[in-house]
Amino acid sequence: MTPGSAGSRPAQRSRGFRGIRWLLVRLGGAIFVLWAVATLTFFAIRLIPGDPAEAVLGGPGSQASQETLDQVRQDYGLDLPLAVQYLNALGRLLTGDLGTSYALKVPVSDLLGAQIGGTLVLAFTALCVAWLIALLLSVWSTGGGRVAAAVGQGIELTSAALPHFWLATVLIAIFSSTLGWLPPVSTATPAGLVLPTLTLAIPLAGFLAQVMRETLLDTLDAPFIVSARARGESERGIRLRHALRHASLPAISLSGWALGYLISGAVVVETIFARPGLGRTLLQAVTLRDVPIVTGVVLLVALVYIIMTVVTDAASRLADPRLRNAEAQP
Amino acid sequence: MTAPDTLLEVEGLSVSFGDTEVVRNLSFHVSRGECVAIVGESGSGKSVTARSLLGLAGRGSRVTSSTLSVAGRDLTAASERDWRRIRGSQIGLVLQDALVSLDPLRPIGREIGDVLRLHSPLSAENARSRVLELLASVGMPNPERAITQRSGELSGGLRQRALIASAIALDPPLLIADEPTTALDVSIQARILDLLADVKSRGTGILLISHDLAVVSAIADRVLVMKGGRIVESGNTQELLALPREEYTRRLISAVPTDKPRRVPLVPDAMPVPAPTVHSTQDAMAPVVLEARGLTKSFPSPSSPFLAVDDVSFTLRRGETLGLVGESGSGKTTVARLVLALAPADGGAVLLEGGAFSELRERDRRPLRRKVGAIYQDSLSSFDPRADVRRILTDASELAPKADRHSVGELLDAVGLSPAVAKARPLHLSGGQRQRVSIARALAARPDVIVCDEPVSALDVTIQAQVLDLLDRLQAERGLSYLFISHDLGVIRHMSDRVAVMKNGRIVETGDAARVFDHPQHPYTAQLVADAPRLVDAL
Repeated sequence: MTPGSAGSRPAQRSRGFRGIRWLLVRLGGAIFVLWAVATLTFFAIRLIPGDPAEAVLGGPGSQASQETLDQVRQDYGLDLPLAVQYLNALGRLLTGDLGTSYALKVPVSDLLGAQIGGTLVLAFTALCVAWLIALLLSVWSTGGGRVAAAVGQGIELTSAALPHFWLATVLIAIFSSTLGWLPPVSTATPAGLVLPTLTLAIPLAGFLAQVMRETLLDTLDAPFIVSARARGESERGIRLRHALRHASLPAISLSGWALGYLISGAVVVETIFARPGLGRTLLQAVTLRDVPIVTGVVLLVALVYIIMTVVTDAASRLADPRLRNAEAQP
Repeated sequence: MTAPDTLLEVEGLSVSFGDTEVVRNLSFHVSRGECVAIVGESGSGKSVTARSLLGLAGRGSRVTSSTLSVAGRDLTAASERDWRRIRGSQIGLVLQDALVSLDPLRPIGREIGDVLRLHSPLSAENARSRVLELLASVGMPNPERAITQRSGELSGGLRQRALIASAIALDPPLLIADEPTTALDVSIQARILDLLADVKSRGTGILLISHDLAVVSAIADRVLVMKGGRIVESGNTQELLALPREEYTRRLISAVPTDKPRRVPLVPDAMPVPAPTVHSTQDAMAPVVLEARGLTKSFPSPSSPFLAVDDVSFTLRRGETLGLVGESGSGKTTVARLVLALAPADGGAVLLEGGAFSELRERDRRPLRRKVGAIYQDSLSSFDPRADVRRILTDASELAPKADRHSVGELLDAVGLSPAVAKARPLHLSGGQRQRVSIARALAARPDVIVCDEPVSALDVTIQAQVLDLLDRLQAERGLSYLFISHDLGVIRHMSDRVAVMKNGRIVETGDAARVFDHPQHPYTAQLVADAPRLVDAL
């Protein structure tokens, strides 16, 4: 009688097959996006005024002779036609070679490998803290009557609108300069991570809480919540066992986007807190027109973004079985 | 004064939201092993009454009563903590449509197990075996598999069984069922009512809430008729049905279409439906307006293609109603979409007035489309939410030939709506008004045929009666032909001249409505006839 009760074995097998196909489609998409990002970056960077060869020799102020410049152009393949340069760059990328930094004269992959850890730690910590704040805020604002709802909504809106540079300055002014609790410069200690994390997490938490609160309110009106209450479930049980899971669904799908937002936010935050990381590396590289580093950072961020999207998709499918079943239907 | 077997005792129950009192001074009782039904239209306060008995009247409500006791416990001053102990253990609640009344993200085993976890010291292992036992007792075919499934993975009937299992998990003395069968097919509805009757026979008191007297008459011992927050009439089910005192009760009884002959109005004291002016429906010589020949449609599915419509043929004559009846999933709506040429058929063809219709290219078909109108179950989602009624009707009437256009006023008048409705948006209309607007929209293009796909399934019986009467009248006045699709055999029988019974995509029986239903040849038709809710059973 139930759909799929007869011959559940083939159904199981085809579910596994669908999972693999889903992964292959995602993988193909990821490769396409990486190629597109590499191409865009390659050409966009030619639009930055200035001679790359000069950048190699230390910028426009280097006063390098024509011979030296020619030598550099030849060494770096900059004298070749643009199409050949492009294909060379793609070929190097395929072998995993991101090139050598113009300014620092070290392989870009080594440089990024050393920097990405700090940025990822910062971004993931901020994501987790933002989730925590958003969960607490939305649960409190939907459960505490009209005043809490209004206050909660106000907090969400304000924090979502805060720019990172301003928030960072204010946090430093309060917690470092006035209270002296936390260092104004991000050191390697856990205490050094607190202020940069808060700077990134607070505006994101505002966004996430807005989405969660809305779904939470919708869910709390659903008939299955009445059913759960009629079983004798407590208010806390209603939220923990039923409503929060529904409310987290849209926030999960937003998290992929959120990580991209956090990494771009890291450029500002790492600079303000003098914290080593991808963001600061990128900023310096752009100032020095260090093309290989810029390309490397952009590709790396794109890769992280793609991985995160796949992860959030998988997490959504895990949290919401209806997504898995929906694909089975015509 | 209270009899020893009285389970639920309510005196002077009032519920208000702000300044509006939605339930006024209600008094009734339910005894052990008794089923009491509260019947009334939407908005009569019956659901609020049911929920206030669980302390769940909702945010912003004020509930007062002089007596409120369940199984001897006084609940007039119960705290939230007391209520939580009562809910689930002393009173179980079954709501409409388990698809949304069970958490769609949680397996039903967990949902049912929650009741045991909250109120009993059972270990996880024992709770699991108790859940399996419960599912078996409500007639779940494969409990071991069912506990891992979610409400969306079960059919309508099975998930409703699961919902009932969760409500009776602790064998509460009182079960409240709020429209427990409203979203279900008639045959499944009959099985769920059997299940509730079974629960009742084990000594559980049941408070059954419904808008449909026919449904409750099958199992209720007593009926309370509710209107505007008050009980206007109450009594033994059979006496109340035989000798209703109130006009409102008579309206509810009269609205039940089952066994009402064709063209007899369902609203009492209404004008009789005029005799057809264009063609007699008995006239076998009336021209065929629409014909379906060997329609076939399949949908891709993971294993093998699912054949939704399998070699379906029928003809529809001018001024006639052809009823298409069958359970959900039988392919009725797919037939409607093929007839309206909204989906291409894999095989077969639809002919309009003897000429090609479904096989035309869309550009050639467009001028003909106005001749085939449609009315849907969920009319609200078929309207542009930003358009007001005037826009909706004007847009539709521009499809009609220039010389032959209705004004908005005429259209509203034809469907019995006041001219003031023209300025309203569909969202602000009642369900019955919306369905009238949807009929007016269908009329506006001056169609010959109207495909009515479950046009009254979302309406209360009293509103359903008004809409059916309206469709009957319009047909007689305008010589319209209806392809009338419904899962409700009572409605089909009342509305149709001829019927086609569908099962698994095929028409299993077809013929004159009276002949098919009085002397069904196919066992499936016989089953449908037996399951249709009717009042006469109680008499």
